[in-house]
Amino acid sequence: MSKQLNVVVVGNGMVGHHFVEQLANLRESAEQVNITVLSAENRLAYDRVHLSEYFAGKTAQDLALTDESTYHDWQIDFRTNAKVTTIDRQQQQITTEVGETFSYDKLILATGSYPFVPPIPGGDQSHCLVYRTIDDLESIKSSASSSKVGVVIGGGLLGLEAANALKELGLQTHVVEFAPQLMAVQVDTGGGRLLKSKIEELGVQVHTSKATQVIEKGESCRYRLVFADGETLETDLVLFSAGIRPYDNLGRENDLTLGERGGIVINSQCQTSDENIYAIGECALYENMIYGLVAPGYSMAKVTANHVLDSTSETVFEGADMSTKLKLMGVDVGSIGDAHAKTQGALTYTYENQPEGVYKKIVVSSDKTLLLGAVLVGDTSEYDSLLQYMLNAIELPESPEALILPMAADKPMLGADALPDTATICSCLNVTKGDIVAAVDGGACSVADVKSCTKASTGCGGCAALLKDVVDKELESRGVEVKKDICEHFAYSRRELFDIVKVEKITSFEQLIEKHGQGLGCEICKPTVGSILASVWNDYILDSSKVPLQDTNDTFLANMQKDGTYSVVPRIPGGEITPDKLITIGEVAKKYNLYTKITGGQRIDLFGARVDQLPDIWQELIDAGLETGHAYGKSVRTVKSCVGSTWCRYGVQDSVGMAIDIENRYKGVRAPHKVKFAVSGCTRECAEAQSKDFGVIATDKGWNLYVSGNGGMKPRHADLFATDLDDETLIKYIDRIFSFYIQTGDRLQRTSVWMENLEGGLEYLQKVIIDDHLGICDELEKQMASIVGKYQCEWKTTLENPESLKRFRQFVNSDKTDSNIQFVTERDQIRPATLAEKKAGELGGNIEIVDLTYNESPSESSKQAVAVMED
Amino acid sequence: MTQALKEQTVNKDWVTLCGIQDLVANSGICALVAKPSEQGEQLEKQIAIFSIPDSEEKVFAVDNFDPIGKANVLYRGIVGSNNGEPIVASPLYKQQFSLKTGTCIQEEAEIGAYPARIQDQAIQVYI
Repeated sequence: MSKQLNVVVVGNGMVGHHFVEQLANLRESAEQVNITVLSAENRLAYDRVHLSEYFAGKTAQDLALTDESTYHDWQIDFRTNAKVTTIDRQQQQITTEVGETFSYDKLILATGSYPFVPPIPGGDQSHCLVYRTIDDLESIKSSASSSKVGVVIGGGLLGLEAANALKELGLQTHVVEFAPQLMAVQVDTGGGRLLKSKIEELGVQVHTSKATQVIEKGESCRYRLVFADGETLETDLVLFSAGIRPYDNLGRENDLTLGERGGIVINSQCQTSDENIYAIGECALYENMIYGLVAPGYSMAKVTANHVLDSTSETVFEGADMSTKLKLMGVDVGSIGDAHAKTQGALTYTYENQPEGVYKKIVVSSDKTLLLGAVLVGDTSEYDSLLQYMLNAIELPESPEALILPMAADKPMLGADALPDTATICSCLNVTKGDIVAAVDGGACSVADVKSCTKASTGCGGCAALLKDVVDKELESRGVEVKKDICEHFAYSRRELFDIVKVEKITSFEQLIEKHGQGLGCEICKPTVGSILASVWNDYILDSSKVPLQDTNDTFLANMQKDGTYSVVPRIPGGEITPDKLITIGEVAKKYNLYTKITGGQRIDLFGARVDQLPDIWQELIDAGLETGHAYGKSVRTVKSCVGSTWCRYGVQDSVGMAIDIENRYKGVRAPHKVKFAVSGCTRECAEAQSKDFGVIATDKGWNLYVSGNGGMKPRHADLFATDLDDETLIKYIDRIFSFYIQTGDRLQRTSVWMENLEGGLEYLQKVIIDDHLGICDELEKQMASIVGKYQCEWKTTLENPESLKRFRQFVNSDKTDSNIQFVTERDQIRPATLAEKKAGELGGNIEIVDLTYNESPSESSKQAVAVMED
Repeated sequence: MTQALKEQTVNKDWVTLCGIQDLVANSGICALVAKPSEQGEQLEKQIAIFSIPDSEEKVFAVDNFDPIGKANVLYRGIVGSNNGEPIVASPLYKQQFSLKTGTCIQEEAEIGAYPARIQDQAIQVYI
């Protein structure tokens, strides 16, 4: 381009400035493109979005987006206080108020908008103000200094911002809104109601459905507002915030095409009806829409800068998403897309929690597959995810409500494949899927690599699972094999190992590692293989060849506690126990001085047993007819039950009887992880069956079976699998599902996660189990029958074998006990002594033997008197 | 002092702790060693002994005290290997300790590791 291009920008608001910045960056030199900026205000561009912070102490300088020296550096010719009065479109020349003229090749109108002041009689008095510019703020500040009460007319987004400003200035603040609710554009009725109550809690009074008719002289205050319904409100200061109007006079006076209700009409290149004149920001009307947000204005600025330089530029403005997320007076508000469900056939889901002050609504398409809009008040944590659903037209999960329900255990996360590159994966560090893809393209080949170069998942870590999913999928799609090996010793997943063991009839770890692995094994693969061998063959888990495979809990048939002692849990099927057995447990606990606690699974846990005491304790329990509770195993734990129809006025089935039958059937069965059951005798669900791996709830016709529930770290409501089953069918289905889980579950994968990962989910499982879709039901039942048939009380077997009892010695060469195990008394029972207590005990000379190799740090500072237990 | 401890035969610094029949293949046991302190007091130390028939060394001896979990439990850990290095994983919090050097692989921690051997059906540790 040989001739210099003259670009004149009228208006230096946020959008006008953004355009200047874009163009200054894009042009090759000031010789190529000369930029002139004319601002009607007396200062250059500043941040209007954060205007209210001016009252919180920010200065005009803090809010400034640029300054004179920056514009000088960019070689921008600029004028402030330069209001443009005329455009000569033929001569391509403009004139300012003071008569200065500028020629243009391209003219950019970024004149913005002005606050709409409703024509209310008395609305033009000196303390009736608007909220738009820094000058306006100065006027508000000075008026507020002589005022006690302030009223904002208009309860939209800006009105609430303004109300916050008045509140900050120490005024008793009111908001008057013509519509029946606040923020009527962004928020629906329900959201508006909650917003109102939250804002009133903050001390701002809200008056909705109020049309102000006149502002007259007040009695107790400067003015009095008189409403259409006859009510009045006294105030010293009135702030109008009743919407904006495009500042389009230059277009109007110069015959540019305008919209019916104002706004300079633009095309997708942001050109007005004169191809050399562009309009951007709030003065522009694109497809009958004024975009009163800064982001779309910036998009227009970018499109225009490109088009000014190169008329073949393909960047276009095609409207913008007006979704917003903001904090108003500390209240989180989010609005996405069609917040008012105006789309034909739109359906809504609403969640409202008044005590917590949370309101959430989603609007979905009539076929429930797409998200059309959402309203969030009080909690906007799902905003990003919902926005992704809408912007990218991602298909919704089967139960869309789960997206906003707080109790939905595993909120349907967007699958890695479904996410677009713009999707935010890590919101703490703002890492998108695109960033992760780029990292993988750049050579990262593991989650750890991606983490170190993108910092994703290094904040709260809540996105770890999704991150892994994305990385795995990306690696897979590049043909990189994603290792599902359980550890360095086996290049197989648990499921593959399970199949190998079964098909090749492998019965020991040694056989398996020799044929299919390497090295000596480790604490990951050994217990896994131990569990597989137990699940497939259900032999005694403490056969000498299997002992080394087990975690200490399985080895010693008890649960190791922090001090190296163990706890002991006898089985109490269904939570039903005779007084005699109860007494036995009590007597044993007393004799061995064990800490006693009732567990969540309706049994009794006895803590503080030394390894050498375990056989004696169990001998006494077994003599009294008790058996092991498998509390130590990755196996069936308890079947919790309510008392059921035998006693309960409401029970419809014998839940205790069923619980005992189930517990006795599956006790000892080893699985990928622990498995819990519960049986409730009626729909009141006192046994909390829906939080268990297998939940059974009585109906008047039989039993409803629920599967894959979970409490604990990541609660999940169980899925209703089948209804009104008779006893036999119930057991048959549990046999099949349980067997299927044992075969296909991953290492340490609870049934809840197993279900989440099962392709096809519940429906698929129903097909496999009920319709025998895979033709494997016979096999599943047989497998379960064979393990069930081989049950033994592991403690009974152990006690009968003197050789295995040798393991329960602390020392092979001494009968002494571990001197490091010490207890103190608390609430009439023992508990492990803290390090500080042990130290105090040493000084007091209560302990006979001190091992000097212990490097104790005196971090725990209990100063209780020490009562050292010595046997 | 119990009878068993008194019977420990001290041959220079190789201490016989138990017999080969006490070992459990690919697993651990624990023995108590009497050791005089610098002040001449008689102290006791818990030593975890592991038998790994497939390794070159066959037996390993390390401190039984887990410095991370702060309990005498290491002999109840699972043995295995990490990149060829024989290890025991603490049963409390699963950190792996090298059976050769006593160094913890996952964290800053260390335990004592002692030469061990099988001598005429007896398990001896050099302490």
